Amino acid sequence: MTHRPQPVAQPFWTPGVLVMLALMIAAGVTLVVRYTYGLSAVTNLNNHYPWGIWIGLDVASGVALAAGGFTTAFLAHILGRHYYEAVTRPALLTAALGYTFVALAVFFDIGRSWAIWKVVIYQNHTSALFEVAMCVMTYVTVLWIEFIPVLAEKLGHKIRLLAFLDRILDKTMWVFIILGVVLSCMHQSSLGTLMVIAPTKTSPLWATPLQPLLFLTSAFAVGYPMVVVETTIATSSLKLESEMNVLTPLSRITILLLGVYLFLKVGDLIWRGAYATLLDGSAQSGSFLVEVGLGVILPWVMLLFPAVRRSRRLLFTAALLIVSGVMLNRFNVFVVSFKAPYATSPYYPAIGEILVTAGSVAAIFFLYRLFVTWFPVLSAQRQEVSR
Amino acid sequence: MPITRRSFLAALGIAGATAAAPKNAEAWQSKAPPDPYGCLVDLTRCVGCRKCEQACKEVNDLPEPAIKFDDLTILDVKRRPDQNAFTVINRYYSGRIDDRDKLVPTFVKVQCMHCQDPACASACITGALSKKENGAVHYDVDKCIGCRYCMAACPFEIPAYEYDRPVLPRVRKCTFCFERISKEGGKPGCASICPVEAITFGKRSELLGQARERIKGDPGKYNDHIYGEREVGGTSWMYISNVDFGKVGFQALPTRPMPQTTETIQSGLFSYLWSPLALFGVLGAVMGYTSRKHDKEDGHDA
Ligand code: SF4
Ligand code: SF4
Ligand code: SF4
Repeated sequence: MTHRPQPVAQPFWTPGVLVMLALMIAAGVTLVVRYTYGLSAVTNLNNHYPWGIWIGLDVASGVALAAGGFTTAFLAHILGRHYYEAVTRPALLTAALGYTFVALAVFFDIGRSWAIWKVVIYQNHTSALFEVAMCVMTYVTVLWIEFIPVLAEKLGHKIRLLAFLDRILDKTMWVFIILGVVLSCMHQSSLGTLMVIAPTKTSPLWATPLQPLLFLTSAFAVGYPMVVVETTIATSSLKLESEMNVLTPLSRITILLLGVYLFLKVGDLIWRGAYATLLDGSAQSGSFLVEVGLGVILPWVMLLFPAVRRSRRLLFTAALLIVSGVMLNRFNVFVVSFKAPYATSPYYPAIGEILVTAGSVAAIFFLYRLFVTWFPVLSAQRQEVSR
Repeated sequence: MPITRRSFLAALGIAGATAAAPKNAEAWQSKAPPDPYGCLVDLTRCVGCRKCEQACKEVNDLPEPAIKFDDLTILDVKRRPDQNAFTVINRYYSGRIDDRDKLVPTFVKVQCMHCQDPACASACITGALSKKENGAVHYDVDKCIGCRYCMAACPFEIPAYEYDRPVLPRVRKCTFCFERISKEGGKPGCASICPVEAITFGKRSELLGQARERIKGDPGKYNDHIYGEREVGGTSWMYISNVDFGKVGFQALPTRPMPQTTETIQSGLFSYLWSPLALFGVLGAVMGYTSRKHDKEDGHDA
């Protein structure tokens, strides 16, 4: 039953691809302005709100949503459930692209982009951000190393170096696979530690020392739903067979993982007594209710029903809710929750910030499509063939 | 996924060595210097002349302000220190009235508090901010990458940023006149100019003693609270007042040092990298086990 991964035989240039290209160009122009006139020219960041959506969405959500990479690698390669190998390559590609753009988002956001290497030299070990930065840097490298066999399969006969690396990796790949999982666990949790240093500047709904554990468990929980979302979008837009035979069992595991996260999240809220602010009608409480209600509880209940897990459409809906819930959670922790005690007006992302974020997402889609068209990533059969 | 038996055993070895001796976090230790300098600001003395703002500008080479220092109408706006002004004076009316029934203003000088255990320094990714022995929280521009985590972390919302500089933006905040106070007999620009001695510079321990004496000497006037003595674990800049601090722009902050929780988490999880190494070992063991089982099922041993 295992389909061999193969390049997708679809025309590359479609109207959708052109839209992506337009978004990427807009983002590129914004970045030219950013590097000519400074961050204030394209962002609404100020002394009260030093971090905006480039950190809250591009970095924090980006890292969370790339969790499909290490969770599927764990299942297929470490637990040896080779049945799931059909989804490891696309998940790996998503993670590699996702993290590359996380690194780029950091690069654009920091004031001294050219000095980014200094993190390696001047290490401050008390800083959670240092830990995140080192892990992400290493993990991007590890992900692309893990991707070498895919590249070699296609180009190995042309580029000798690739074939050579591929042969070395044959024996050592297990190191990188385990390393990938370890690095993921480290920085997924440290990302949650970041705002713990500012308990007085964040809403009690999210200000908990348990945040690293919540970030880690939610990363576990969002991994397979992300695979569902990404596979469904890819197979339907490329007109491939849906891979429900793999996705349905994956969603069974998600019930457990999401359940653990929900339990910790609600338990923490009750333990700290923070639920008191839950119904005060503030934007924060509203955003929290949406995050947990629509993003965790609803999809969790949905997944309990076998009919949902077997239906392509319903499973996609549940998975999309989980993915959006975790995205909203990261956005909430870094943006909505943040209370600047002396700010006179709240932060809203500027057009420039939105353009760069949209352009980055478009670039990920664009490159994903480029890769699956050229390289053997997807295992699903073309429907025309299986007709 | 092929895995050789030797590498598998090596992985197990690492796991055994590290998992057996997880160096758990010792109780968190404050890294505050024992005998730093400090400044005591007496809000009952400050007359809002803005001389300290001007002196600060001069000693730190800051640009001329848009509104001249002798224009006191600016006091009606609640300002914050920014990239062009490391300190500002704000005027508050707390509701106190004098014997002629007129509202009495309270002037509040705002600058970096030079926390004893600064959140900014703990958070800074490269250690560009650090607490010095003499009490100053010092910024080293050569290490800074401009991530602005220090700004997100500071409970007093102090560090400012040069958002309009595309190439060499800096984090800006009161330096505690690091160079000046490092010299024998040197004082911060603001403290040395103050005409009414509202700012007293000295050893933090001595300033605390002075503050207590002033409060004890006139209990009817002063509130029994030295702001900065215990807030966020103590700060090098401290305030005494005759009005409620909450009414004149000060936040009620916990006495717990801000970095305590995160540093405990970080060192608990990552000291000597014990947890990642242990996890690596465990995963290696699982992977070795499953891949061998798989090979057997396939009918050939590894
Ligand atoms: S007041 Fe803020 S910037 Fe100043 S030392 Fe404390 S944490 Fe750092
Ligand atoms: S902006 Fe500079 S000083 Fe502030 S945390 Fe980042 S590297 Fe450190
Ligand atoms: S200590 Fe120096 S830098 Fe700080 S406010 Fe006073 S004059 Fe300005």
